[in-house]
Amino acid sequence: MFQDLLKWGGKPGVATAGPARSDEVIVPSKALPKFLSALTQAESPVLVDFGPVIGSNVGFFGERLGCKLFIEDLSADLERHARAGTMDALAGVFEKRFRHADQTVDGLLCWDYFDFLDKTSAQALARQVVRMLRPGGAVLGFFCTSSVARSGFTKYEIVDDVSLRHRPHPGPEFPKTALQNRDIIRMFDGLLVSDSFLLKNNIREMLLRRR
Amino acid sequence: MWKRDEAVKPTGSASPGPAPVTPPTSAPPAAEAARPQTNTSHDHRLEKSTVNIGKSVVIKGELNGSEDLTIEGQVEGKIELRQNVLTIGPNGKIKAQLFAKSVIILGEVIGNVTATEKVDIRDNGSVDGDIASPRVAIAEGAHFRGSIDMQRSGGSKGESKAEQKPAAASQSAHSVQTPAGAAR
Repeated sequence: MFQDLLKWGGKPGVATAGPARSDEVIVPSKALPKFLSALTQAESPVLVDFGPVIGSNVGFFGERLGCKLFIEDLSADLERHARAGTMDALAGVFEKRFRHADQTVDGLLCWDYFDFLDKTSAQALARQVVRMLRPGGAVLGFFCTSSVARSGFTKYEIVDDVSLRHRPHPGPEFPKTALQNRDIIRMFDGLLVSDSFLLKNNIREMLLRRR
Repeated sequence: MWKRDEAVKPTGSASPGPAPVTPPTSAPPAAEAARPQTNTSHDHRLEKSTVNIGKSVVIKGELNGSEDLTIEGQVEGKIELRQNVLTIGPNGKIKAQLFAKSVIILGEVIGNVTATEKVDIRDNGSVDGDIASPRVAIAEGAHFRGSIDMQRSGGSKGESKAEQKPAAASQSAHSVQTPAGAAR
């Protein structure tokens, strides 16, 4: 009870994530503050999160932005299709999955989900991202620099405005494919890569904007 | 404080307790089960009591009330406790629109949840639907799919702390990787 009170009365801009476990790392983010800055310009922004729900992130965005947050949890979709052996159908699923009208979303948290998709599915998802994003809106995406045979999902938990906790997400592993910068630019045709940062762990953080 | 099993037993018509939860017309047994527990010598305590709906109870219809309510059974339809706390217990299975001051979810909810104060999805709680509440807490291990609409609590907009050095990062220097620089 008392902990709940503390959590809800916490300082704005500081998420209430718990202490890090040994398999978790806190990684500074250069793109996250720019993403937040883009969203604060909108009144009650609409935010779409492709990741699973994380309570502290919900609290953070609610406190910071007073936004409407849509949890899409693509990891659940990928796991379900992987179990059913229907990964080829993902592209078609993405075409119909999102209920948002054209240009109604202010921010999209793609995290690293594009790394886990084949080319056709990634292009289908990117088309939806471009379709949903409102002018002035922002997309935050992470992209690996080298392909990985098998990897599990990562949960990205916001520690504060400038750092994320990377947490392994239990579940099946998938191959990760490295996309070239030019492929990303082509894939998000209609958006502008406004910022790109290469972290020491070889993750590219990208912020894409719609003019 | 109260035993749940006693609360779900029919208590007869002589109950002097507070106004009972409006019984759904389609499920008379549920109305009996939803009747609050009675204690004739402590009326002031009754005002703070919680009505329980046991796990064998199935209600289809509309549920209104002005007391805190805990549901362990199944409800389909609509639940409205505008001034009170609604708790969906670990055994509760709800397919309904929920309206309450606060909603605590430990069971399963399919439907939209609206709270004027807070929504709290506890560990193993599950919600498929849209939440509208100024405060939302979701525990690790909870399932949620839908949207969360949170009113701004005020004062935080425009206070950009984006360029501040993170305290958490400096305290955890051994696990922090710093950006190597721009790739482009």
